[in-house]
Amino acid sequence: MCLAIPGKVVEATDLGFTRIAKVQFGGVTRQVSLDFVPETQIGDYVLVHVGFAISRLSPEEAERTYELLRQIQEADEIAPEEPL
Amino acid sequence: MKYLDEYRDADITHALAARIRARATKPWVLMEICGGQTHTLMRYGLPDLLPPEIELVHGPGCPVCVAPLEFVDRAIEIASRPGVIFVSYGDMLRVPGSRQDLFRVRAAGGDVRIAYSPLEAVKLAQEYPTRQVVFFGIGFETTAPANAMAVWHAKRLGLTNFSMLVSHVLVPPAVRLLLGSPANRVQGFIAPGHVCTVMAHREYEALSAEFHVPIVVGGFEPVDLLEAIAMLVDQLEDGRAQLENQYSRSVTRDGNVAAQKLMEEVFEITDRKWRGIGMIPASGHRLREEYAAYDAERIFGAQEIHVEEPAECISALVLQGLKKPVDCTAFGTRCTPEQPLGAPMVSSEGACAAYYAYRRHTASEAAQ
Repeated sequence: MCLAIPGKVVEATDLGFTRIAKVQFGGVTRQVSLDFVPETQIGDYVLVHVGFAISRLSPEEAERTYELLRQIQEADEIAPEEPL
Repeated sequence: MKYLDEYRDADITHALAARIRARATKPWVLMEICGGQTHTLMRYGLPDLLPPEIELVHGPGCPVCVAPLEFVDRAIEIASRPGVIFVSYGDMLRVPGSRQDLFRVRAAGGDVRIAYSPLEAVKLAQEYPTRQVVFFGIGFETTAPANAMAVWHAKRLGLTNFSMLVSHVLVPPAVRLLLGSPANRVQGFIAPGHVCTVMAHREYEALSAEFHVPIVVGGFEPVDLLEAIAMLVDQLEDGRAQLENQYSRSVTRDGNVAAQKLMEEVFEITDRKWRGIGMIPASGHRLREEYAAYDAERIFGAQEIHVEEPAECISALVLQGLKKPVDCTAFGTRCTPEQPLGAPMVSSEGACAAYYAYRRHTASEAAQ
């Protein structure tokens, strides 16, 4: 139920009472409401739940945590393999 | 796909698992609250990468599973009425009521439709002005703003043939109940990342401080979950108990303020009964008085129905993390996704369905 999928905003239209976007998920494009993330720009990635974008994904935060994860991976490759 | 592939990376997943194995020295019981997280864990076989010290128990975060039997019966009763178009998220259709499910209502000629978004139900109400369109509004804080928006649009459009059967539940009161229970074994929690995307993590910060328990807000991909588990194990081994946010690419300090505002405009907090758990004070939503014209319970008349759960189903204990699905005598035999006894076997987020889809063979091997 709480499933939310990341997608890329490729088009946005302002209808006055609501703002609608076309969001690309891999090869599929769907219409999504931007009412809960009004600051969203074309090119942003949003998390979409039941037809609504619920957050704008932060590239800085994603990069920061991903860098940490890469360090963990590198440390693991250097460390001697532990027996399973 | 960006923001998905990198969080499914096998090398990083294994590196995180190695870090957890190296760090864990004592047995720790962890709970992932959200059923979506349970499914990722099972689908990717993540428990098999963890050391024997780490036990994962599965939480009540499956709105379909905790929707009370009375509500399912109520939905079935409304859906069976002539002239009604009953619209629901797909998961809800096979959930057994006390006598039948929504699929059987449809087979018997009822107009029951599946929607991806609650706005589809609003559109149906516009297209069929002579029919009553009823939307089954279930979900946690992630879904409540979308459902609120559907009601808000119905009011904006002046629709008189749209209503919602609201059965929303809130996560923090259920976590509080688990933590306060003498039977609680859980020592660390993975908080639901999408609920926190909407609500921020203040409520979990308070729970962490009050019960002195580590809580990490976690995402839904394998790397997210193993990182959250690693963060919990670090806290437990260090003797710390605080709130940390693993899912910072989506969860911000204030959450989604626009979504919170609309939810508060349309809904108010109420006591809710949780299937298998019972009444939890201030644990759900109902429509505010100003939106009473869209309340299916008022339109179709409230009914007190008392029904009993099937005796063999242990979903109450599964939902509280006290039993595993494979501990149930009916698991995989008298209870399957095709013929479920309880909701956790139906929902794509139910723990029983996750074990059935991904672990029933290993579970039966272990039993032999």
